[in-house]
Amino acid sequence: MERFAETFLNWNVMAQYAPKILEGAWVTIQIAVAVVLAGIASGLALAVLRAFRFRLANLAIVVVVDVLRALPPLVIIILFYFALPTVGIQMSAWVATWLALSLVLMAFSEEIFWAGIVAVPKGQWEAARSTGLSFLQTLRDVVLPQAVRLTIPPLTNRTIAITKNTALGAVVAVGEILYQAQSAYSFSYNPSPLLLGAVAYLILFIPVVYFGRWVETRFAWKR
Amino acid sequence: MILEVAGLRKSFGQLEVLKGVDLKVQPRELVFVIGPSGSGKSTLLRCCNRLEEPSAGSIRVEGVDILAPGVDINAVRRRIGMVFQSFNLYPHLDALGNVTLALRKVLKQPRAQAEEAGRQALARVGLAEKARAYPNELSGGQQQRVAIARALALEPAILMFDEPTSALDPELVGSVLNVMRELRESGMTMVVVSHEMRFARSAADRVIFMDQGLILEEGAPDKLFNRPDHPRIREFIASIEH
Repeated sequence: MERFAETFLNWNVMAQYAPKILEGAWVTIQIAVAVVLAGIASGLALAVLRAFRFRLANLAIVVVVDVLRALPPLVIIILFYFALPTVGIQMSAWVATWLALSLVLMAFSEEIFWAGIVAVPKGQWEAARSTGLSFLQTLRDVVLPQAVRLTIPPLTNRTIAITKNTALGAVVAVGEILYQAQSAYSFSYNPSPLLLGAVAYLILFIPVVYFGRWVETRFAWKR
Repeated sequence: MILEVAGLRKSFGQLEVLKGVDLKVQPRELVFVIGPSGSGKSTLLRCCNRLEEPSAGSIRVEGVDILAPGVDINAVRRRIGMVFQSFNLYPHLDALGNVTLALRKVLKQPRAQAEEAGRQALARVGLAEKARAYPNELSGGQQQRVAIARALALEPAILMFDEPTSALDPELVGSVLNVMRELRESGMTMVVVSHEMRFARSAADRVIFMDQGLILEEGAPDKLFNRPDHPRIREFIASIEH
């Protein structure tokens, strides 16, 4: 037991590397917020574009979304960071991680928003159009408010799952929590920083989980 | 003439649902459309505001050819109120929000003005005190009356009812029919697709019997219900009234 504590709960090591972990937490927060904003906004934009049912555009959306959903996020990050420079596209590790995860969230949220749009009954469109609302007004003022409410539970789950993937940035040396924890581990030969990193993730993401639950109840309405 | 339909045809794929329908509706007239299911009654209504695109024929609303290329269909639609069988209220908006949405978005009225008009429309259907109730807090009859208020608020030239009481529990039908009767007395032009034969007898100016995509016969309620030319109509009315 003492050995376990010595190994995993080494206060000296933890105290020494806590500032680094904190630094990593800040980076994680920045990437996560940027991914959520870019991913959900672009996913919603694609779903709205898809609602116009332009055949070619929709085909393109479906293909892109399916590819992004099928690829592991880590593969996309590595492609962006290591492969794209060979064709002249350079990006920092931070940008590669942010862009990859944003695209993945875009793909999943597009599917979720689209499912929400399709789930709104046809009668809602007909009622709105019969009062003279245009297609866009109907989409914005009648269909999307209902669709977004339907999508909140799956969307929060998916968003949490994808933002946690900021840890993948460690692979391309983005200084987020996991990267800092691993470096601290290799410098100190003691895994306590990893535990500290895990705690940092919990502190960051448990409030997000609770926030998601709050949003779900806040926006639910009786049918 | 408020509504003038001539030679209207509509096909869904191979199936021809309307096979050349002519219909004229005068101001202040209440025209009742009856007929067996699948006879094209609802499709006729839905073509009149282009919720369905007609395959052939012409439709004029207040003299405007609504099938002409370049016609502002949204402007036409706000002159034609439509009430649906399933109400189709917006569940995320309260009664007043349902009634005022088009006033604010289509007519661009400021909120205060729209809400004033909305409250008046709700008062006309006897639901002034339900302005802040959401659809799920209202009975079916109340929901349908809100839907009527939503159409009324735009001050349409004509109101079309697509089986407005078919989704209602029997004890709630009366409240909706009363509102329709009051509208008629106030001079609203209406086309009603419905199976409420007693209401048709007492309130309709003219009854149209549709069968297999055509108007088989039309006339005053007394004539059509009591002395129809076609035995087919007598059978149908007997079957509806048990």
